Order: sequence, then structure tokens, then C-alpha cells
Amino acid sequence: MTIQAAPREAAAASNDTDLAIVAHNLVKTYPGGVRALNGLSLAVATGTIFALLGPNGAGKSTTVKILTTLSRPDSGSARVAGFDVVARPSSVRRAIGYVSQKAAVDPEATGRENLSLQGRIYGLRGRELRRRVDELLERIGLAEAADRVAGTYSGGMQRKLDILMGLIHRPKVLFLDEPTTGLDPEARAELWAEIERLAREERLTILLTTHYLEEADRLAARVAIVDQGRVVVEGSPEELKGELRGDTIRVELADGATEPRVQAVLEHLPGVRDVTLQDGAVYARANSGGQAIPVVLAALERAGIPVAAATVARPSLDDVYLRYVGRSFDAAGEKGTER
Amino acid sequence: MTALIHTLDIAGRHLRNFSRQPWYIAFSLVQPIIYLLLFGALFKRVVELPGFNTGSYATYLTPGIVAMSALFSGGWLGVTVVSDLDRGVLDRFLVSPVSRSALITGLLIQTGLVTVIQSLILIGLGVLVGARFAGGVAQVVVLVAAAVLLTAIFGALSCAVALIVRKEESIIGVVQFLLLPLTFLSSVFMAPALMPGWIRQVSRFNPLNWAVEIGRSAPEAASLDWSLVLTRGAGLVALAVVATWLATRAFGAYQRSI
Ligand SMILES: Nc1ncnc2c1ncn2[C@@H]1O[C@H](COP(=O)(O)OP(=O)(O)OP(=O)(O)O)[C@@H](O)[C@H]1O
Ligand SMILES: [Mg+2]
Repeated sequence: MTIQAAPREAAAASNDTDLAIVAHNLVKTYPGGVRALNGLSLAVATGTIFALLGPNGAGKSTTVKILTTLSRPDSGSARVAGFDVVARPSSVRRAIGYVSQKAAVDPEATGRENLSLQGRIYGLRGRELRRRVDELLERIGLAEAADRVAGTYSGGMQRKLDILMGLIHRPKVLFLDEPTTGLDPEARAELWAEIERLAREERLTILLTTHYLEEADRLAARVAIVDQGRVVVEGSPEELKGELRGDTIRVELADGATEPRVQAVLEHLPGVRDVTLQDGAVYARANSGGQAIPVVLAALERAGIPVAAATVARPSLDDVYLRYVGRSFDAAGEKGTER
Repeated sequence: MTALIHTLDIAGRHLRNFSRQPWYIAFSLVQPIIYLLLFGALFKRVVELPGFNTGSYATYLTPGIVAMSALFSGGWLGVTVVSDLDRGVLDRFLVSPVSRSALITGLLIQTGLVTVIQSLILIGLGVLVGARFAGGVAQVVVLVAAAVLLTAIFGALSCAVALIVRKEESIIGVVQFLLLPLTFLSSVFMAPALMPGWIRQVSRFNPLNWAVEIGRSAPEAASLDWSLVLTRGAGLVALAVVATWLATRAFGAYQRSI
């Protein structure tokens, strides 16, 4: 599978005044030899939402940890809010908010206490602090539970509190590592609306990581698909979808064991390309799905391959994802998902 | 200035969380109280031997138990750090403007205050079973101060271990394999004159022993042996500073691992 040239702008981002985040060729090897980042570059314009999309172990959290100064790259460089993350960590820290992949709330403190301490750390005090805390709790629907110890919150409530803690000091750049994982669909939709509103009203730059293509599609102005420690493709959701000319054909097989043969049969059909296998189904692309389907079905029948279902769909971010990291799904799974 | 405010903010957080589980104080006192009462009864007549310079074992033992309790309070501190690490709370602080030293000293301040409370309770109990403080309030004050310093030294070391090893078991290991032997390599239970020579030599370098010496610096006389208090006290302060510095540096080790 071809690996496309990575971010077009990232490397050339010498004029970073309108770029809130620039990362250039980040490499990170963990003790024990795992190469988590392998030359990752990206650039995020001020006031926009940028999504890092990728399978487990792709290096998304590692990227976020480096950009937030929690971790250090072995080589490469990065600037956040205009400051170098290695040379000027304390300037970066004052400018950012960080919401880690795992909820990081103090379970022995109430929601309000968690938020207040976080605010005080950034210099908010007294009335101003109280007002900000109340406003945030109100806005995300935690006001009622505010004086309960956070250890008694549901996972979703902890996640909301967690995100508020990343926002309390009105950061310029917000890092959200899988913000909606573990939320119910309603809470997720609410949070999406909230994230959009924040980015718009506070001219906040947001870098978020996600497994949900829908989330990236809905929120992000630009998406980078990360795999094995580097960006394999980057662009706006529309650009990425546009790169995949035509429709997706999905053929579900009655007997999964024959998959490789199916691929062989389909690959030689005119007008059908990018044949991939995924979860017992075969995916292919065609300029016009409607015309290709009968041809595909006829060819499969000739080859004696039983088909359970066949569908045609307009391209989605799913297809982009599949095209770039689909084949590595299994490999990525094997690498494990610890941390 | 900001560093000081942050230190107080962090100390405030730990104090508040601590105040939510006040039974912890009782729990942490079980072991020292057992030592105080059991050893106190068992060895009651040991003071008849020469070398104790006092007619009451309770008088001899109480400062030792106060120091020992402070030692263990400090030793367990790493557990708090490990649980903050596991919950991601520490990561959040590490990417905020809070200084590393505020994270450590804030925690030490809270534990130090707990040590003050524990020490006063143990001193009160000691007096109930017959301990006398000939040096009066001054002796109690220097004993408690020495106990707090001891907590700071071993608390900071425990935090450093927690940041480097990041497992609760390692803290348990430190307490079992370092602090317990340290207690028996000191004059907590036994007068130096009656110790085997090598233990007496080792105990001279044992900070726990310094604290105990400070606490006993007025055996029968009414006034403290200030030169002893000040020299041992200076030693404790110096170690506390070094240990705190080490713990602050240990954040680097942690951050290199993530
Ligand atoms: N502290 C660590 N020590 C050793 N290896 C690590 C550490 N953190 C991450 N890794 C490894 O680095 C690689 C990238 O991990 P990372 O957490 O960045 O992936 P991710 O894209 O965030 O994955 P996920 O979607 O599962 O959160 C993985 O192979 C992971 O096992
Ligand atoms: Mg991750």
C-alpha cells in the first residue's frame, strides 16, 4: 500500500504567526525500543480544530504528550502558541490546556474543588475564579453535582469535569486526547457542540485525537491520519473524501474464507480499483457504483463465490481511513493498546 | 511568590483530602501505639541497667516512638504520588505552571502537619503511661520539630522512589526493607551504651537516631542540651533539603519514561 506524502504545509511552515501548532519531524522511541513517532509533522492554523485520526498505537497520544511538554521528542522540533516545546516549556504550559486520554480528576475532591484548584494554579482568584467555575459547571450541566466528590461521578461526568479543567484558564491552545471516548451519544453530541462553540467564540485552537471518523468529520477543519508514528495523509475532510473519486462498493461474502480469491477476481475488472479487505467484507472503489455493481456480482458468480450482500455508498471519511490504514488494522491491533 | 502560592494551593489540596478521611490518623497511630504500650510494658525494667540515664522506660521510649512514627508517615508518602500518577492528576499538574518543587513541598507540608498531630497524640499517651519531659515545653517542641523534619526527609525520598519506580509495591518495599531496619539500628528501644558496637556505629549516621537524640536532649536536667539539638537539627535540615531536591529531580526521570 502506498504511503502518501505527508502534510503539505507542515514542513514549509516557517512563517508561524498564524500557526498555533507546528511540529516538524518528531521522533520518539520509548525505553524498551518502541518507536512511537517516526518523523511526524503537522501544522495547525490558529483558531481552527485539527483532528489526529488513527488506529490504536499509532502515536496520537505520544504526539499530544510531546506538544504539551509532558514528554520530550528524541529529535525533531515543535512550537505551540509560538514557543518551542523543548526550549520554552513554561511559556507553552501557560498557553495550553490539556485533557488527557484518561480522565484526570481528583476523586477525593468535589467537582468545584477540582476546578477551583486548577483555576488557582493559573492565577485566577476570588470572585473571578468563583464566577468562572460556576459558569463552566452550569454550561456543561454539572452544576447540580458540583459539590459532590468526583469519585462518585459517572464516567461521563468525570470526563466533562476533566474537559472543564482543561478550559478553566481560557487557554489559547487546547489538546483533547480522545475527548468523547466513553460518552453516551447524547453527551457526545453536546460536547461536540460545545467544542465547536469554544473554537468559534474564544478563537481557541484545538488539537483533538479520535477514533471516531464522524467526530473528525463533524468538528475538524483539517484531519491528519496517523499510522505507525507518522502522518500518512492530511487535509480537510472534503479534500480527503474528494481524493477518493467515486463510490465505495462493499461486498459481504457468504463464506469469509474465500476473501483473497475475491480480491483477485475484482482487481481485474474494468472501472473497479482500490480493492481492500476488511472484517469479512471486500471494499472497492468505482466511478459509478450503480454501473459497477452488476459487473462485480456477475464476475463473482462466474467465479463461483457466494455473496451475502452488496452495497454502494458515497465516500465517507471511513473510506479514507480504510484506504490509508485499513490494511494495518490487524497489525496495529497486535501491537497492543497498553497506555 | 507564585511558587509559594502554588505550594500552599497544593498543600491545601492534600490537607482537604486528608480531612475527608480523619480515621486515617487513628489508623496510622495503631502501630506506634502498640509499640509504645507493648514494648513499654515488656522492657519496663530494662532501665535498671546502666546507660539509660532515666528511671522510667516510658520517658526513654516515648520520644523514640514519636520519631519512629514520623519516619513511617514519611515513608508511606510515595503511595499518594503513585495514586496521583495512576489517576493522571500529576500529569495535569506537570503541564501546568505549577513548579515541580511546589508539588513536592506542598505534599510535605501536609504530611508535616499530620506528623505534628500524630506526635502530640503519642506524647500525650506517653505521658499517660508515665513518660516525663524534664525539658518541659521546649523539649516537646524540639521533638516535634525533629519529627517533622524526619517526615520531610523520608517523605521526599519516598516521593522520589514513587516517581522513578511508579509502583505501590516499591513503596511497600522501601518501608519494609529500609525503614524497619533503620528503626532497630537506632536508640529508639535500646540505650546506645547497651548496643553491640557495630549497631552503635551505624546509628550515629542514622537520621532517625538524630531525631531521637533531639527528643531526649533533656533526660533529667531541666534545660535542653542545645548544642546537641542544633547540630543534629542542622543535619536533619540539610538532609531534608537534599531529599526534596532529589524528589524534584525525579519528575525528570518520570517524564523521560512517558
Ligand atoms: N510510556 C510508554 N512506554 C512505552 N511504550 C509506550 C508508552 N506510551 C506509549 N507507548 C507505545 O507507543 C506507541 C504509540 O502509543 P500512543 O499512546 O501514542 O498511541 P495512540 O495513537 O494514542 O493509541 P490509542 O488510540 O490506543 O490511544 C504504542 O506502541 C505504545 O505501546
Ligand atoms: Mg492514545
